[in-house]
Amino acid sequence: MNISFRINGTNKNVDIKPGELLYDVLKSIGISSVKKACETSSCGVCTVLLDGRPIASCSYLAAKAHGHEITTIEGVSREAEILGSLMNSEGAIQCGFCTPGFMLTVIAMKRELQNPDEQAIKNYLVSNLCRCSGYEGQLRAVKLYMEVPQ
Amino acid sequence: MRDSISKPITRVDAADKLSGAACYIGDMRLEDMLYAKTLRAAEPRAKLISIEYPELPEGYFVVDKRDVPGENRVKMLIDDQPFFAEEVVNYIGEPIALIVGKDKEVINKLLEDIKVEYERLQPILCIDNITAPPIYGENDSFADYSLNKGDLQKARAGAAYVYEGIYETGYQEQFYMEPQGVIAEFKEGKVSIYGSIQCPYYVKNAVVSCLGSAPEDVRIVQAATGGAFGGKEDYPSLLAGQAACAAIKAGKPVCLLLDRNEDLEATTKRHPAKITLKSYIDESCRILGLEADIALDAGAYAGISGVVLQRAMFAAAGVYNIENLSIRGKAIATNKAVSGAFRGFGSPQAFFAIEMHMEHAAKAIGIDPLQYKLSNLVKQGDRSTTNGILRDKILLPEMVDRVLEMSGFTEKRKSFKTERAVGALKGIGLSMFFHGCGFTGNGEQDHIKAKVRLTKDIHDRVEILIANVEMGQGVQTTMRKIAAAAMELPIDSIIFANPDTDRVPDSGPTVASRTTVIVGKLVYDAALKLKEKWQAGAASEVEEQYKYPQGFEWDNDSFSGDAYTNYSWGVNAVEVELDPITYESTIKGVWTVFDIGNPIDDRLVRGQIDGGIVQGLGYASMEVMENLQGRFRQRTSTDYIIPTAMDIPEIKSELMCEPFKYGPYGAKGLGELTLVGAPIAYALAVENALSINIDTLPVRPEHLMEVAADGNGY
Ligand code: FES
Ligand code: FES
Repeated sequence: MNISFRINGTNKNVDIKPGELLYDVLKSIGISSVKKACETSSCGVCTVLLDGRPIASCSYLAAKAHGHEITTIEGVSREAEILGSLMNSEGAIQCGFCTPGFMLTVIAMKRELQNPDEQAIKNYLVSNLCRCSGYEGQLRAVKLYMEVPQ
Repeated sequence: MRDSISKPITRVDAADKLSGAACYIGDMRLEDMLYAKTLRAAEPRAKLISIEYPELPEGYFVVDKRDVPGENRVKMLIDDQPFFAEEVVNYIGEPIALIVGKDKEVINKLLEDIKVEYERLQPILCIDNITAPPIYGENDSFADYSLNKGDLQKARAGAAYVYEGIYETGYQEQFYMEPQGVIAEFKEGKVSIYGSIQCPYYVKNAVVSCLGSAPEDVRIVQAATGGAFGGKEDYPSLLAGQAACAAIKAGKPVCLLLDRNEDLEATTKRHPAKITLKSYIDESCRILGLEADIALDAGAYAGISGVVLQRAMFAAAGVYNIENLSIRGKAIATNKAVSGAFRGFGSPQAFFAIEMHMEHAAKAIGIDPLQYKLSNLVKQGDRSTTNGILRDKILLPEMVDRVLEMSGFTEKRKSFKTERAVGALKGIGLSMFFHGCGFTGNGEQDHIKAKVRLTKDIHDRVEILIANVEMGQGVQTTMRKIAAAAMELPIDSIIFANPDTDRVPDSGPTVASRTTVIVGKLVYDAALKLKEKWQAGAASEVEEQYKYPQGFEWDNDSFSGDAYTNYSWGVNAVEVELDPITYESTIKGVWTVFDIGNPIDDRLVRGQIDGGIVQGLGYASMEVMENLQGRFRQRTSTDYIIPTAMDIPEIKSELMCEPFKYGPYGAKGLGELTLVGAPIAYALAVENALSINIDTLPVRPEHLMEVAADGNGY
């Protein structure tokens, strides 16, 4: 079957198999930044934005993306640059495998929440696992990022 | 220079990781690449009677033991593990064959249609009272060691108190976010492996022996690696051999990337341990002697269990100066997935046992546990477990003081007691520990003999050629810093690519907290050499090889002498509060002081500390992995729970520094140490909150409920 969606601002038409997952379709069209770690919507590594909201691409039917806007880290370069430099200075990057999915979640959170407190931030990030950083550097970076004027 | 080296710089791998450009195995697409998936044993111990494969569509292959051109054994310390099962299977999840082809769905369908007939054999599923025929050797042990120091008889004779306890720890899964995977390519008679790996040369040796090929016909290249923590030390050798056989058979590149469930079920994990300790204590509360018996559940094949066992044994006395020791250790073969390396490598188990033991012994005698521990601490000049001399200053007393101060330990112990009287279950615990850095025993000097090379091109750029990998810990940054500082060059004139065994010498595996202290020092020495013969615009090259520092001694037969050349130290405190109904814990605070010598980059060090602490807290509090009848109960990432951002409070850390003379800029090892102490401090905090004794990790609320209901409190 054929679906069309917008990916990082451009229109895309792809042939997919019924039941094919969004992660696999994104990989097949050359989006290499998306990673996969659990395949059961429990780690956040495969996060992409669907109309601006984080979803787990490993468990999301590609067909459901028809007519929607998908954003990956390649599509948020300005915000990623600001957040990335804070993550850098706060030591939030280690193996990097969780990094793109984590950043997309944080970027969506900033667009969505006004002045969240620490608990609200942690709530939002609870499904983004990181085995390397112990979350400390990530949280420091996120708090600083939330204070950056829009 | 000493201080400026610690100043953080931007990680050299940050840009690619932030932009998503870093290329992990799952991101690599080679032309015509096929996929492979593994047929795995469904029985813990059985004879393979027959395997019936469905008819394969064109372009699909079965790859099994018949396709191994060389030795069907993974090259290790003991070569007992087959790449593909032969007559028997020894654990659920053991690989029997690969199905290889273009379409993953077709492969999955084919796998479902394979019929395997087994004849069940009696499995060995626990490490006590084994009645089934042994899996390995006569007594079912891959290693069986003893270590004696002094004369335990003397301790027995002089003891006013004798205290005995049994301590048990469970499995822990590394749960690197990127599952294990390799890609094999066969071109013009040469096999190339791209892999998510810690030890390129281990993989190379295994593939060479698997294929029976010449060493120059096998090349290993490390791909971006999404975490490893020991889990990618030995297991990738198995995957690489399998994928190499598949690529040769199919004539096309083959990607063998595990999914999370396979990774949880089949790859190595931290050894479960059962440790019995008996201490002999005199009238003035000095420990005269310690008897230890350490049993590790090694799983179905030897792997590296013998080395894990040695590290556990050498840590059995903890940070205490005990003159008379008798330590017995066994790595027992069982019909379960192979246990392997995980950050700490035997020491988290051993330190948990001795720290809990010390605490409980003091309580039984009726003295303050902290005072008891402090009055028995090792200090500079004392002898280690293996009778080596502890040459460097040991800062533990200062470190303990500082952690007490940071955490408000003493006041909290008092005030929590009052609060407990009115039902608030609060507690705080403190642990002390070390990590011997570099390989244990004769590893560095007799086995690894690390070699590094630096080359300089005509543009005066210097390339670091070593086999150690960036897996998140920051080695690409620290090595560049060390070389740049030694040669007084800007950091961006130093190149350090992911290792490719066709280009780099064997500087050894990326394990054992050895990379900075051992390989970093060789890079430093090579850099000084290169600087000396520096000629602008001319190409040149230098090499360095590890030399065992003078004055150190080790005898591997008797396990005596300096088991390590240097030690890093740690003191951790953890505060918890328990729900009075569910006994679930909330971690309220974590305070740490570490002595890792001179830090090479403060920010990277901080990252290692935070990451290790959280893995340690997971090990202690929530990471449950049980094996029932040979099958792991936790086989998906929804069952095996690791800490999230919710579970962890701010971690307050400080460093104290006793430099190591033979480390680069005085650095010592770091990575593993950071995991060792937090589980103990957590368990002691829970113990404090409930006024009970804890002797098992992980500490599970359901167990606490039982203990509390029994009124079994201390
Ligand atoms: S890979 Fe999709 S949530 Fe984990
Ligand atoms: S940086 Fe490795 S999982 Fe987050």
